[in-house]
Amino acid sequence: MKNESQKDHAELAKEFIKDENRVDWHDGALWFIREKRDKAIKRIPEWEDLRDLASSIKDNVVSNLHGYLLEFEANLIKNGVKVYWAENAEEHNNIIYSILKKKGITEMVKSKSMLTEECGLNEFLQDNGIDVINSDLGEYIQQIDNEPPSHIVLPCIHKRKEEIGELFHEHLGTEKGLSDPTQLTRVARNHLRDMFLKRRAALTGVNFAVAETGEYVVCTNEGNADMGAHLSEVLIASMGLEKIVPRKKDLGVFLRMLARSATGQPITIYSSHFKKPRDGQEMHLVLVDAGRTRQLGRKDFVASLKCIKCGSCMNTCPVYRKSGGLSYQNTISGPIGAILAPNIDMKKHADLPYASTLCGSCTNVCPVKIDIHGQLYKWRQEIVQKGYATNTKMMGMQAMAKTLSSPSSYEIIGKAGRWILRNFPIAFNNNFNAWFRQREMPESRKDSFSSWYQKTHPKKNDNNE
Amino acid sequence: MKVGLFVPCYVNQFFPEAAIATLSLLQKLGVEVDYPVKQTCCGQPMANAGFEHLADGCNELFIDNFSSFDYIVAPSASCILHVKEHLHSDEKHAAAASIRTKVFELVEFLTDILQIKTLHASFPHRVGLHKSCHGLRGLHLGQMSELNAPGFCKSTKLLNMVKGLEMINLERVDECCGFGGTFSVSEEAVSVKMGKDRIQDHESNGAQYITSSDLSCLMHLEGLLKRKESSVKILHIAEILNAE
Repeated sequence: MKNESQKDHAELAKEFIKDENRVDWHDGALWFIREKRDKAIKRIPEWEDLRDLASSIKDNVVSNLHGYLLEFEANLIKNGVKVYWAENAEEHNNIIYSILKKKGITEMVKSKSMLTEECGLNEFLQDNGIDVINSDLGEYIQQIDNEPPSHIVLPCIHKRKEEIGELFHEHLGTEKGLSDPTQLTRVARNHLRDMFLKRRAALTGVNFAVAETGEYVVCTNEGNADMGAHLSEVLIASMGLEKIVPRKKDLGVFLRMLARSATGQPITIYSSHFKKPRDGQEMHLVLVDAGRTRQLGRKDFVASLKCIKCGSCMNTCPVYRKSGGLSYQNTISGPIGAILAPNIDMKKHADLPYASTLCGSCTNVCPVKIDIHGQLYKWRQEIVQKGYATNTKMMGMQAMAKTLSSPSSYEIIGKAGRWILRNFPIAFNNNFNAWFRQREMPESRKDSFSSWYQKTHPKKNDNNE
Repeated sequence: MKVGLFVPCYVNQFFPEAAIATLSLLQKLGVEVDYPVKQTCCGQPMANAGFEHLADGCNELFIDNFSSFDYIVAPSASCILHVKEHLHSDEKHAAAASIRTKVFELVEFLTDILQIKTLHASFPHRVGLHKSCHGLRGLHLGQMSELNAPGFCKSTKLLNMVKGLEMINLERVDECCGFGGTFSVSEEAVSVKMGKDRIQDHESNGAQYITSSDLSCLMHLEGLLKRKESSVKILHIAEILNAE
């Protein structure tokens, strides 16, 4: 896949920002969705109460996950669904492969599933001779461009329609220069329709899994999950362990919040419930851990498992909007990705908790009230404690802490710094100074407030001595 | 009422006028203010970078300097929020806990503690208010645009008491400026782009001045404004509320 690199978030963001028109357009598109979300939630007078309720339901789920999972499994089995438990991505991929192999299936359609992206399922199956086609339009576009999704709800939000037209021209033989979204969608639709009709197996993700009944709900706007599911003889669902809701009636809370938070729609076009295989169909469900139980054991970060993957934290995050989802180098990007990824690989993703100003907007839009920016702060402490901070940062911080812990050295260094800035500005005003490259340094004053105060309030000063 | 004036490190070094305005404003309002000269910093630069454990020295100094006051007031929402959320000490546990409830950012001190109704100030200019994230989402100086809740803004309430001042409207009322402490240099490209976009919003809506409760945001915006030789200036809110 493209976009695999040794660069960190800051470097990739810098590359993304080079094309300022693109950034403005990307930022504007996502801000438009944030505003749609604001309008939608402001039509629900009890919105903030709903957030409290959703948050407490999910708190209950993460605190009693063991029991709910067993209840869900028992009900799935009762309904005639075959259940599998996968500890990691490799196990998950092998399970899917064995299900398909047993039926002699070599082609599958897959609706949107960030979990299978996280597990690298498509690549694994392709290496084993099984062709997978993503049926969600955005994910399909990303697949033909051999690029991961940049957003969990809007996988190709970073691409302009002209670029998509170019891809379609190359891969689907559309006319060169065609970029009309309606016409392009029609072409993709016809192409996918053919796949739905021919392919014997379909895989979907899971938005909500109801422990009480053993059913699961898949939310899409395109109906592609339904098309795949209803035409397949083998239906597979992959879900992360945390997707549980205890009771069917809890869906009334989450379905009201998911689409409003995600796109500002009152509800997704399709909220489909899957419970029992129809005659002649097999249903399989894979429950995947892949680090979730480890996160469950991290007291400061366990709340991240409450996430319902609406993507609203991405849309509101100014850093995400200006840097693009691919700069996060993780399937789940944006603020939520930055608190989930270090749990999977702390060293590799040590940059992500720093890809934030801690502005807190993410926490405010989160429908299940995850304290996202608080967790970003805590991940930074964790990353430093575990030794993943760079040496230069460590030394800089140690020097700063030493100066600021001593009033006399603080005064001397402050004075010296201002003097140098005034008399030898080049010491600060050079391209090695990341502040100065695009910003002026603050003006150097001869007197700090402290020295002004001591000159103007000599008596007070004596009293303090 | 004895108030300790906390002047954050970078305000002390680079923006003494804002601290002088804060002191003068509080004294005009009849408050007894003292400035402990051995203060340095709240420790936030280390803590936000993940080095909270290196902030112990700052914590101890802060407690030593400020535990004797009834209130501690600073012209910086961000530093106050840090003290409120993170000041701690193994030995002086009670003193730290007490300080956490007594620290106030200037605006909230004026509206919530002094509950002032009028100000003798004049500033006949068009002003854009930059709601700093720590002031807004941390200290709740105003309502946050993400929530479905009644609107209010403590800073606007005060600015409306200033004669001749005209507040401008913004397209994005409470978006982050991109300063973010060490973020401003470690994520330079994003930080600068965010700042430029905030400035654009203020400029296109006719601001002559951008004000805020946080000079850290303003320092970042000022750096960008000066580089592009803009006529828009920054001023800490204390300087406007103290302008005659």
